Amino acid sequence: MSSATTNEILPRHADLVEERLVRWYFYAALAYLAISMTGGILMALQLIHWNPLNGIEWLSAGRWRMIHTNAVAYGFIANAFLGVLHWSVPRLTLQRVLSQKLSYFIFIAWQAVVLCTAAGIIFGPTLQAQDWVASLTDQLHLPMGLGAQGVEWGETPFWIDPVALLGLALVAANFLTPIARSKGSMYVTLWYFMAAFIWTFLTYAMGNFLPEYSLTGTSAGAVGGLFIHDLVGLFVTPLGWGTMYYIVPIILEKPIWSQGLSLVGFWGLAFFYPLQGIHHFLYTPIPMFLQYGAIISTIAVEFVVATVIINFMGTLWGDGRKVVTNLPVRWFYTGMIFYFITCFQCALQVTLTFQKLIHFTDWVVGHAHLVMFGVFSMWIFGMMTYLFPILLNKPWYSRRLCEWHFWLSAAGVFIMFLDLGLAGVFQGYYWSSLQPWDVSVTGSQPFWITRMFAGLMIAGGFLCFLWNLLRTARGRSTDSPTAVSAPA
Amino acid sequence: MFESKAGIFFIAGIGFFGFAFLSNAVVPILMYKDLPEQTAEEVVNPNILYQFKELSRRYPDSFEAAIGEPTKENCAQALRLGRQVYIGEGCWHCHSQFVRPVSNDSKRFGAVSETWEYQNELQRPVMFGTRRVGPDLSREGGRHGSDWHTVHFFRPKTVSPDSPMPEYPWLFDGAPDQPNRRGLALITYMQWLGSWHSTYPYYEELDALAYE
Repeated sequence: MSSATTNEILPRHADLVEERLVRWYFYAALAYLAISMTGGILMALQLIHWNPLNGIEWLSAGRWRMIHTNAVAYGFIANAFLGVLHWSVPRLTLQRVLSQKLSYFIFIAWQAVVLCTAAGIIFGPTLQAQDWVASLTDQLHLPMGLGAQGVEWGETPFWIDPVALLGLALVAANFLTPIARSKGSMYVTLWYFMAAFIWTFLTYAMGNFLPEYSLTGTSAGAVGGLFIHDLVGLFVTPLGWGTMYYIVPIILEKPIWSQGLSLVGFWGLAFFYPLQGIHHFLYTPIPMFLQYGAIISTIAVEFVVATVIINFMGTLWGDGRKVVTNLPVRWFYTGMIFYFITCFQCALQVTLTFQKLIHFTDWVVGHAHLVMFGVFSMWIFGMMTYLFPILLNKPWYSRRLCEWHFWLSAAGVFIMFLDLGLAGVFQGYYWSSLQPWDVSVTGSQPFWITRMFAGLMIAGGFLCFLWNLLRTARGRSTDSPTAVSAPA
Repeated sequence: MFESKAGIFFIAGIGFFGFAFLSNAVVPILMYKDLPEQTAEEVVNPNILYQFKELSRRYPDSFEAAIGEPTKENCAQALRLGRQVYIGEGCWHCHSQFVRPVSNDSKRFGAVSETWEYQNELQRPVMFGTRRVGPDLSREGGRHGSDWHTVHFFRPKTVSPDSPMPEYPWLFDGAPDQPNRRGLALITYMQWLGSWHSTYPYYEELDALAYE
């Protein structure tokens, strides 16, 4: 595979990478993605009046709406990236993680965190209605409910937050140690990963404690906006791009096009991205000059994004056909195109002119799906498509199912994005034209129905992947594992 | 510096994060430090107390069993629980709580939201919201009677046939005229929203809405 395993002076792959843990993380990620999709479909059915489970407390669409987002962020994306990190960090640094025992502890602890979050969201409000719980919370003057917290993406119940934060600190220690011990200059990927460990910890601490315990009203809104934003920008994004800088040159078998542009991309993201938090709450009572600042830095970061995309297109130059033949490369570059679209969209939708119309509408929901699924989930699927044959020591059971997975996912999310974007424009005009509220709801139905089918396409692609994986895992081993469609 | 471990750890990792926190969070915090945070007891006003008492007369048995007397203290407790239900059931993912100065929001929902309205315990964390499937609720108090709310929470389609809002029968003991503790608390919270404002209760400018 890489030169690290063949060169005798360097440590062997088997000593560096705990492959079993990578597999476990991927399996956990896939399980949570299935749960998340169930929540998404439930909410989609609710909106079009087709929810057969309406009125059942533990299956309430309102609670499962939060399961949908939390299972994606902390279940799917976090687990999948932890798997990728356990593969890539030891191989890049030629050092083992701090402790393999700690790695397994973190794995179990993190699953407990995610499951407790889900249990808290679903059962917390019910439990709270019990008389003995109610009297206990009264005695303790508990300001929060046992269920979700009122911060978007930070719904993690208050009693899990300290454990989750401790887990993030352990993750940082486990991976920062090999990075610190590594010799020579650091590769781009490690810049992103290193920053991500610090940012994720700080972001989580900021969003899950300040607005709950010490800040009220408008200031809490500002911090909440910063949290929503940093969670995507400083946790998921650097892990995603770090992975791309790692894997794309390996598969294309050539170095990244420009080291200089890598520098611009990283430092530009690091500086401009966190300054944008307030753009989630434009036209709120948050002071206007702060809103302008967030808008300007949002537009600035699009230029940074352009340099990163140019760098990767430059790397692909001459190998364009691999996008057709090599499945992981196709997942990665499709994700990058979607990334460019969402970021370009950001630069437009962040302006006050656009905000007047599209704020609070499904436009934003479409945008969020293109980012979280169209970009980062696609990259994760690309990594899984690449790594599973190596981890299982077996080729994919069916290339055709891999293709179905790709096309259903890519087409599904893009249809959803276009559909919800258009729905947002309609909703915005329905509202500003002062038609009765119901008009905006009934007018949204065609879009919501289309969205549900787009969601089913995505889920269908995912089922193809799961089936393919199951058959692959049960299939016969090969002596020489090959990634999908290795060049002949 | 740009490619060194220390540079990335301290400047990008901690420095830039801190700078953003300073400009995006500390600045508004300092700006509003002179607006003290009110407790739930302090935001119980005559409007909501009237609604609270009305609730106790309308559902005397349920109210007596779940809350007791319609006192100011009990009202504050109900507001706290009501807000927890509002968060726990995910209401805030489909309803916003801020009236924008644009898009004719102020005609439909009432006065544009201001900072002082949010400086209380019941807006920690703040319930601005990010999506409006249903309408904004900043000025919801007093727009509907509590009987409308009970029926609406029990089965929204009864009073609003096109509504995609989920049903919440678990806020009741079997029937819409028997709200339980959580149901009564949530309705109290609904009636409180906007009750502090001089425009309470706010109704749409119906002339502007008569589009037909």
